Amino acid sequence: MKKLRYALFTGCTAKQSTPEQMMSTLAVADKLGIELVELTEASCCGASHLQDYDDFLSLVLNARNIAYAEKHELTMVTICNTCQLNTAMTKHRLDNNAELKARVNEKLGEVGLVYKGTSQITHFLYAIIDDIGLDKVKEMVTTPLSQFNIAPFYGCHNIRPSELQNETHKTPENPYNPRSLDDLIVACGGTSVDYEEKNKCCGFHVELQAPKTSAILAGKAVAGAMDANADWMVTPCPLCHLKLDTQTGHLSEAVGREVRLPVLHMQQMLGLALGCTKEELGFKHHIEKVDFV
Amino acid sequence: MSTNKITTQKVNFKVFRFNADKDYLPYYENYDMEVTSEEVVLDILNRIKWDHDGSFSYRRSCRHGICGACAIKVNGRPTLACKESLTNMIELFGNELVLEPQSAKRAIKDMIIDKSDFWEKHDAIKPYLISDVHENPEQEHLVTPAEADELNDADLCIQCGACHYACPVVEVNEDFFGPAAFAKAYRFEADVRDEAHTERLLELHEEKQGLWDCVKCFECAEACPKDVNPIDKITKLHQMLFREGVATSNVATRHAVGFKHSIARNGVLDEGGMVLYSERLAVVKHIPLALKMFSKGKITPPWGITKSDNLDEIQKLIKSSSTAKF
Repeated sequence: MKKLRYALFTGCTAKQSTPEQMMSTLAVADKLGIELVELTEASCCGASHLQDYDDFLSLVLNARNIAYAEKHELTMVTICNTCQLNTAMTKHRLDNNAELKARVNEKLGEVGLVYKGTSQITHFLYAIIDDIGLDKVKEMVTTPLSQFNIAPFYGCHNIRPSELQNETHKTPENPYNPRSLDDLIVACGGTSVDYEEKNKCCGFHVELQAPKTSAILAGKAVAGAMDANADWMVTPCPLCHLKLDTQTGHLSEAVGREVRLPVLHMQQMLGLALGCTKEELGFKHHIEKVDFV
Repeated sequence: MSTNKITTQKVNFKVFRFNADKDYLPYYENYDMEVTSEEVVLDILNRIKWDHDGSFSYRRSCRHGICGACAIKVNGRPTLACKESLTNMIELFGNELVLEPQSAKRAIKDMIIDKSDFWEKHDAIKPYLISDVHENPEQEHLVTPAEADELNDADLCIQCGACHYACPVVEVNEDFFGPAAFAKAYRFEADVRDEAHTERLLELHEEKQGLWDCVKCFECAEACPKDVNPIDKITKLHQMLFREGVATSNVATRHAVGFKHSIARNGVLDEGGMVLYSERLAVVKHIPLALKMFSKGKITPPWGITKSDNLDEIQKLIKSSSTAKF
């Protein structure tokens, strides 16, 4: 098989508040034989907040990031659901609106860049599923996670809006009955746990302006996973991870009961199954102790 | 004419039953039915009432996706019963379908809910054109096609409540206006004939009602049977506040603007700096968490941030492409 190569858009959290996510991405890519070319020129995607303030500027900045992936003639891989949303949304809007694309390119031209629309944009989870395939992943598993009940937490921006996401995945996913993460859990040898909150919102984006709303949503998610007998949770989104892992005290207060579970990044779960060491996967950076490894 | 053959299959319907007058708790009744590929969800509601239990209650009227009365949830998915094909639901969820009201905690009888919170919020945003029109006008008030396009389908709303009761914030914050009310507000804010513009915009901006409390989950966009895309309208209202210069400084507006400053400085975000910029003095409440995160290597000091390569390009683009002021 030809070696898979992608342009990696790390996003900001992987370089700051979730270093374990960056480490596990690289460790897993190595095991899977994927080459990741990091887009060191990329800026922040705006996280859907810059989009509230200055729509055009956010389009220009995201188009610039994509333009660098195009220069490498590679598909862009994201490792954050919100990066995926904002980057794929930019591509969707520019590819469907020639006038807007021309306006954005007029600006990019000032710094010698051009957005063409030639690179696909996909989250690492879907790159693995679409381009490697879960059957192949299953064959590569050396340490099946057979003793664990694992609660998938999808994160909004990988599954909604569905039209946008289905443009980018080869295997369409329905936001009301998503399968990708459940299937990955099973491929890793684990048992996937079904619970109501698995495709719901973690509340991360209003943490500053509506801390109570934010904590209740995240608290309900952890409570749902606990009540379904999960040993731990897994998510493809570092923002969900921050919300679910770093402030269980707040979450417990908000929902009126003790809620805490270890939460793994999708890459860490896969890394465990593929035989990466706990040092490679960066578990020491978690707030909720990952004590089962 | 459709060439598809009509097929039938067996489905188990688990149906939410509750009568607020006599039941203490809701319960679920099972109905096994043979259903055809031509039926919609409303046909099943009718069949339960007509063939199984005459006391089964639900709202329905037009049967054409216009009145918005028959919205329920199927396996948790907001569904306009008269519009949704059963085949799609079976394809998505299999042969066990759970029929529930839009909001179980607001149930009055079976599928019928008390929708008063929806209507109160709808009323509160002044969902009508405010314009001083002369009784006997001498000329038409012409709206160009381009100006009409600005409504962006916000006028297609049928007030079914699908987005409102899909919104997780509505569930946990009773003051939150919700996606339907915001989309309706946008419909008039974007109307060139409306004269209540700034006044309405300022009311939406009040912290209590929470235009800034939207969690950006896209549940509303997914739920809407008319493709109104409420979250898109909420985003446009945010942008409008800045564009019209009426946005006041609060933690949410500073958070949005802070991204631009952070990107201009580093290309990437300075996460800690962003919290400080947004919260100002209130940043002290984040100190315990910050210390905990710092001890786990989760906080990068400003001088440790790896800036984007070719930062000069980013800075140049921010200068030339910015369209909003604060």
